Amino acid sequence: MTDVLDPPVAAHHDDHEHEEHHGPTGILKWMTTTDHKVIGMSYTVTAVIMMVIGGALAEVIRAQLTTSNNSLVSFAQYNELFTMHGSVMIYLFVGPFAFGALANIIVPIQIGAPDMAFPRLNALSYWLYLMGSITMLSGFFVAGGAANFGWVAYAPLSNSINTPGAGADLWIGGLLLTGFSAIFTGVNLCATIFYLRAPGMTMFRMPIFTWNLLITAILILLAFPVLTAGLIMLYCDRHFGTHIFSVQGGGVPVLWQHIFWFWGHPEVYILALPFFGMVTEIIAVFSRKPVFGYKGMVFATLSIGALSLGVWAHHMFTTGVVLLPFFSIMSLLIAVPTGIKMFNWIGTMWRGEVWFSTAMLMAVGFLITFLIGGLTGIYLASPPLDFFTHDTYFVVAHFHSIVMALVLGAMGGLYYWGPKITGYLLNETIGKIQFWFLFIGTQVFTLPMYLLGLRGMPRRVATYALHPGWQFLNQVSTVGAVLVGISTIAFMVNVVYSWKKYPAGDNPWDGHTLEWFTTSPPPHHNFYRLPQIRSERPTWDYNHPGHTAAEHGHHQVHHEEIPAP
Amino acid sequence: MSKVSSVEPPALSPQGVSNRTRRWRRVRRIVALPVAALALAGCTVPTFGASPGATTSSQSTFHLWQGFSVGAVIVGGLTTVLILWAVFKYRRKSDRIPKQSQYHIPLEMTYTIIPIIIVLGLFAATMVVENKEVANPKTNVTIDVNAFQWGWKFTYPGQNVVVVGQTTEDPIMVMPVNTDVHINLTSSDVIHGFYVHAFNFSRYALPGVLNQFTLRAVNTGTFDGQCTQLCGLYHSLMVFRVKVVSQSEYAAWLASNANANAAQAAQTATNQQTSSIVPTKPAKSQGNN
Repeated sequence: MTDVLDPPVAAHHDDHEHEEHHGPTGILKWMTTTDHKVIGMSYTVTAVIMMVIGGALAEVIRAQLTTSNNSLVSFAQYNELFTMHGSVMIYLFVGPFAFGALANIIVPIQIGAPDMAFPRLNALSYWLYLMGSITMLSGFFVAGGAANFGWVAYAPLSNSINTPGAGADLWIGGLLLTGFSAIFTGVNLCATIFYLRAPGMTMFRMPIFTWNLLITAILILLAFPVLTAGLIMLYCDRHFGTHIFSVQGGGVPVLWQHIFWFWGHPEVYILALPFFGMVTEIIAVFSRKPVFGYKGMVFATLSIGALSLGVWAHHMFTTGVVLLPFFSIMSLLIAVPTGIKMFNWIGTMWRGEVWFSTAMLMAVGFLITFLIGGLTGIYLASPPLDFFTHDTYFVVAHFHSIVMALVLGAMGGLYYWGPKITGYLLNETIGKIQFWFLFIGTQVFTLPMYLLGLRGMPRRVATYALHPGWQFLNQVSTVGAVLVGISTIAFMVNVVYSWKKYPAGDNPWDGHTLEWFTTSPPPHHNFYRLPQIRSERPTWDYNHPGHTAAEHGHHQVHHEEIPAP
Repeated sequence: MSKVSSVEPPALSPQGVSNRTRRWRRVRRIVALPVAALALAGCTVPTFGASPGATTSSQSTFHLWQGFSVGAVIVGGLTTVLILWAVFKYRRKSDRIPKQSQYHIPLEMTYTIIPIIIVLGLFAATMVVENKEVANPKTNVTIDVNAFQWGWKFTYPGQNVVVVGQTTEDPIMVMPVNTDVHINLTSSDVIHGFYVHAFNFSRYALPGVLNQFTLRAVNTGTFDGQCTQLCGLYHSLMVFRVKVVSQSEYAAWLASNANANAAQAAQTATNQQTSSIVPTKPAKSQGNN
């Protein structure tokens, strides 16, 4: 792989790269770059910083809830804490990490493209995201503090009477900026995937990660403009005397919930699909097998995308003003394609040669955690059970299982693709320590929350003075949160410890897709040469010509079949 | 697909067929086991952390919860076993390249169709319980529940009884047992959540919307209730209690409270309501000063 050929094309690229090197260097290069890899790295670093900030806020929340009637923080501060924890994690970490950081770096390389379709727009996306993040977080430094109406900002609590102060406006402004950033990234990903695929890279030869990002991008384009419009309406209500969400002026408060969740539920899949893609790639590579049921996987992702646009009101079952059966069956149906994915992941490992590097451990941790979150999600799709658990800690536990699964996937993605981006591997021992803290910590902090919800603890309460019985479970949950915090520290230690220590080579994992065909880190415009693309695994096909994927039905059922467990 | 496989062509030998049949028998036996266990367990299905509660609908919700949980445990357990099996059985032991199998249409169809059937079953069970729960039969007892920042007001229309309480002075909603009680739920300001844990039930109190539902308590006792929807600073303290009493006690309670504080309470309540319903000019952002 390292014996780089020197065809005319490569020579041309070398010239080009040489020319680039006369440009600005250092911080000026970073600030003026349009290279998707540099922008992607900026996204990665920013998003990980946001994860640390959001995690720190979570630790304070858990500290407050450790004892009943605790007064570590005031009621007002507590409301700011959970609002900003949710906002930072959802708006500034998980999403941008998925479609800004890893997608930005990996998708163009996976399809053999030199860069994103609109490199300058890509740079604008990043700067909007950074400015939006700073804007939202600056709420902590203004009089009255940061936004405190929950990350969902339900009207009329979010109007200017109930939530005066600049913190809320900065929250709206920050979200508008990051929203535009997401929309531009969505446009960019769609254009890149539709127009910049290398010769031979047909749609059904795209890696699953790229497929998932395409569907994510389409969902972004459908959902985010709705949120942007809603935020502008909210801002007008707050400052320009409109009454879109206020009863007093003839408005409808529930309209905000419809707008918010019409964005908010596709957003769940905008967050999740990229990580599904990452995990798919990791499992296939570390099992040395093709993705089991590749086409089924693509259709499952497409149907998740389609269904996700018709389920938003399952967040609103208890409003009493939505059609329960429709949103119930639509939400339940999402379990089907998600289940298909789960079995495809298992099928990919089945009869493989599974290598438990840190990335693979994280992927398996994702499977288990996502299974828990997915199964508890099915309860919430049933209106009577939602009446029972809505706005209690059961729901908090459910979406933390899901989101922590995504964090496990994200860490898997960093261990898997980090060497490609930086050229250096991370330390595997520290990585495994990190995994066990993260995985066990996740279960220890989420599982007691399910029980707390079933015992009636509402979410977003700063204290539970009247229910000292909830204390023990809260303490267990806090221990779990501390374990997760330690895992984050382990990750940072690993980055410092492994700094430029273990050269990765071009293809450390015997990868399948095009990013493993080029150098680590890839050159400017990514490739000196490309292999023939005849399947979704061009690099594998090139390295193992005798081991292409078996055809449909040519799977030798007669002697190799999945046995019952 | 892309490339003709270089591996030997498949051959469905008679032996393969018989292997498959044997396998299916094994699968059937494995599936039959938990089903039989459940059937034997009968009425002692575990609670899965929930409780039957104190109303008719809380009990049907609880049974639905049990049904969903049995399904979740079976599906989740099976999937976990498959994951762990794959993880432990297929650990990399050599540099061997495994067979590159990618598709198995019958298997993929199976794990598409079975979940669809499960989902339709869950939906059917959901509809049965839901239709009971959202039915609003004619009732003799009505309670108007009004939520405000940060407390509750329970008005008994036609009875001259009003109970109001804010934050820590939790007001008590008294209702008769074994009687359909019609609740009219409203909010004076922001969105609140009317949630009684023992009723396994919650509903939003929305400004500008009248939310109606029926509660039929089957046990007497006092139960904790709390606002579940974030409503501002003292959301954590917005508690109340529900006291379910016998019908005669209820009548006596109504009579003894009718004249006592009704006038006064009504007055306070009216003030509360008018102050927030009168259109207010949205204040300019306080951040400007």
